[in-house]
Amino acid sequence: MSKLKFVTLLVISTTFVIPAVQAADEIVVYSARKEHLIKPLFDAYTDKTGVNIRYVTDKAGPLLARLKAEGSNTPADILMTVDAGNLWQAAQLGVLDSIDSAILQQNIPASLRDPENRWFGLSVRARTIVYSTERVKEGELSTYEALADPAWKGRLCLRTSKKVYNQSLVAMMISRLGEQKTSNVVSGWVANLAVPPFSNDTRTMQAIISGQCDVAIVNTYYFGRLLKKNPDIKLSLFWPNQKDSGVHVNISGAGVTTYAKHREQAIMLLEWLSSEEAQGLFASLNMEYPANPAVANDAVVAAWGDFKADDTNVAKAGELQKQAVMLMDRSGYR
Amino acid sequence: MSLETITSGHGETQQSVPSHRYRIARRWQLVSLPIAGLVLLPLLVIFSGWLHPESEIWRHLAETILADLVVNTIILLLGVMFGVLFLGVSLAWLTSMCRFPGQRFFDWALMLPLALPAYVLAFVFLGLLDFSGPVQGQLRTWFGPSFWFPAVRSTGGVIVVMVLVLYPYVYMLARSAFLTQGRGTLDAARILGLGPWATFFRVTLPMARPAIVAGTSLALMETLADFGTVAIFNYDTFTTAIYKAWFGLFNLQAASQLASLLLLFVALTLFSERRLRGRARYDENTRGGRPARIVLNGRNAWLATLFAGLIFSFAFLFPLIQLAFWSWEIITEDLDKRYLTLVANTVTLGISAAFVTIIGAMLLAFARRYSRNTITRSATTIGTLGYALPGSVLAVGIMLTFTGIDNFLQSVLRGFGVDVAGPILTGTIAALLLAYLVRFLAVAFGPIDSSLERIRSSLPEAARSLGAKPVMVLRRVYLPLLSPGILSAMLLVTVDVMKEMPATLLLRPFGWDTLAVRIYEMTSEGEWERAALPAITLVLAGLLPVILLVIRSSKSTTVAASTKATQ
Repeated sequence: MSKLKFVTLLVISTTFVIPAVQAADEIVVYSARKEHLIKPLFDAYTDKTGVNIRYVTDKAGPLLARLKAEGSNTPADILMTVDAGNLWQAAQLGVLDSIDSAILQQNIPASLRDPENRWFGLSVRARTIVYSTERVKEGELSTYEALADPAWKGRLCLRTSKKVYNQSLVAMMISRLGEQKTSNVVSGWVANLAVPPFSNDTRTMQAIISGQCDVAIVNTYYFGRLLKKNPDIKLSLFWPNQKDSGVHVNISGAGVTTYAKHREQAIMLLEWLSSEEAQGLFASLNMEYPANPAVANDAVVAAWGDFKADDTNVAKAGELQKQAVMLMDRSGYR
Repeated sequence: MSLETITSGHGETQQSVPSHRYRIARRWQLVSLPIAGLVLLPLLVIFSGWLHPESEIWRHLAETILADLVVNTIILLLGVMFGVLFLGVSLAWLTSMCRFPGQRFFDWALMLPLALPAYVLAFVFLGLLDFSGPVQGQLRTWFGPSFWFPAVRSTGGVIVVMVLVLYPYVYMLARSAFLTQGRGTLDAARILGLGPWATFFRVTLPMARPAIVAGTSLALMETLADFGTVAIFNYDTFTTAIYKAWFGLFNLQAASQLASLLLLFVALTLFSERRLRGRARYDENTRGGRPARIVLNGRNAWLATLFAGLIFSFAFLFPLIQLAFWSWEIITEDLDKRYLTLVANTVTLGISAAFVTIIGAMLLAFARRYSRNTITRSATTIGTLGYALPGSVLAVGIMLTFTGIDNFLQSVLRGFGVDVAGPILTGTIAALLLAYLVRFLAVAFGPIDSSLERIRSSLPEAARSLGAKPVMVLRRVYLPLLSPGILSAMLLVTVDVMKEMPATLLLRPFGWDTLAVRIYEMTSEGEWERAALPAITLVLAGLLPVILLVIRSSKSTTVAASTKATQ
């Protein structure tokens, strides 16, 4: 029997163990941004420069653990991920290296990149208020905090606090209002919930459409997707906090790994991704906003109107994420 | 040689040649150790999380959510346990022991829900049945806005979905146990005056206990490890705390600590079940071939058809129709020639992993049969623990093990002056197959071990004493008798590997995308409708092994029956 096993293993190992040989003109990307949002850009870059790009996709957590474990052996040149919290954590773990690029510094506003230049935002995602045009007058709405007001009792829907988007939102609120006030706001939200939190933004909006609640907080591109499928939905976006901090924004972004084997190539790719040529496509693939302010919004997105965005550095969201998660646990926000 | 083995009646031969028996036991023990070691390494990596105390996070969890999570988890486990036992055993009994309209169809069709990933079913269910879904919407337009409907995003809802996805484990294992039950025992029970119900509860069911327990523990381990399904319902269980610690609090150590508690709980439960079973033996006098089926008539027959039909519809047919509907909307956009590669990759991985895993499981099961000491027993228990861990946590444990081995190999090679750039093991198919082995050994071990328990040791001993070589005994005695178990294991592992997501994502070589990876790409940003296309392709690909099993199992029952007849 053990001989059989040995032979089997031998056969498998000779057929399946393909050494990971790397070509010189090649960039390896670990990406937590999903494939169909990055592939068109990578293909365009390859067509333009002849540089081949290989990538694996996974969730940010496992990819980070892998980068960290592989250490100097890692084949990855670039880590690309959604959410500033993940980028901040990658920088904390030391898997991203500071890069000195005038182009990136010029293309990407300071609030959307790491103060030490270890990562750069490549698209902006706005998390804002969405409301039922049938049951809510625009004048009733003002800020995220105001949704904690008892006037909204039984009218608010939220997505779960386990989603990083809400963790970032609350983290930024902590940095703005302090722990105590934020805690009051979150408790107020929980008290106003019409139904227990949902697992995703789309379901949350469908709850408004079906009449379970009147108002919610969602990322704009989910709204865009719903609108694309059904242009007649009785929902509208509202830009909160326009008189003070502005709309909460998060990013998807990337950085060059500490042990990148193709560092120069990797920097050039990031520079190209931040350029006017690539930014339009990068954002419009997912109805997000370009990180490069020189690039105009996609027509669909532009139709939702202009807004003032929170210009606190998004790194704060990572820094305060743990505090935010704990605060939400204490407030009973599931 | 312990007293236990002797009294457990392995025949007279062993007392005459104890040293020979002892040597065999030793040899099997040696086989079991490396296999258990493969599983143990990643588990140790996870346990090593305790090296960094994370008292702050523990205090926080204990003060806020932990108590609720534990209660939620226990309720879920109990609900799923009763559900899968009821559905799995009753359906298996109906399709394997009775005759009713549609029985031949349901016999294999009731396995199909296996091919649906649990989180996909959960999503389809919520999409259809939640307040904003079409069903309730329609009911409200018919009966007014205050029409009552049970809460869907509720404890009951999660339990129903989990039971519908997981009952096939019990169904398949109980089915093959019932199918191999001999006529003699049942006839004896009937002659001794037991009615059909009493025969079922006092003979059929107890004889199938190893199989039913194996199936139920698979279902419960999967429930414990599940994150995707409960996340869709926003139902917080123990895994919620694990992922919260990891992704929310950026603390992989605390997550490992929580996960290792989960493991300890499972290990203790498995161990005590095996203790409870104690010295009971489940091998059987199979003289007389297959018992005659109970023919259900009239109302009973149609009730049976209705019951099987309802379960089949809710667990498979309706979700499939919904997926087909969604796929149709996006088929022109998303279906491209890459799907051929995706299917080929998925099937190749599924089948190769099943092959490797089954060999591992068989070795482990034989080791447990021949060497019943504490070391071998612990080794087999450890070998089956991988299934109880949340997929992502185990995947990271395995990845850390492999990168550790890689780093070690590289430093050795460097010592010889060979400099290898990049990882050696990580990112190869071999590593991925090993990862599947670690994760799914329990799935293969359950059916194989429970069929092995039903083989009387006098059979192979007789073959040996008649001069058959060990290989011959394996080929002519064990394999035919084990084949229902092996086929169940083959199907379960193949389909489970095809559905597997976290290890595939983390350890796959560049470009080796599978259908599960595709589902992940779509669902990670909530585009569930677009995930319908890879999901339905996965179901269709999963049908291949089911069909294979159906063809083979109808053949092998004839083989097994004829082997028995010649005894």
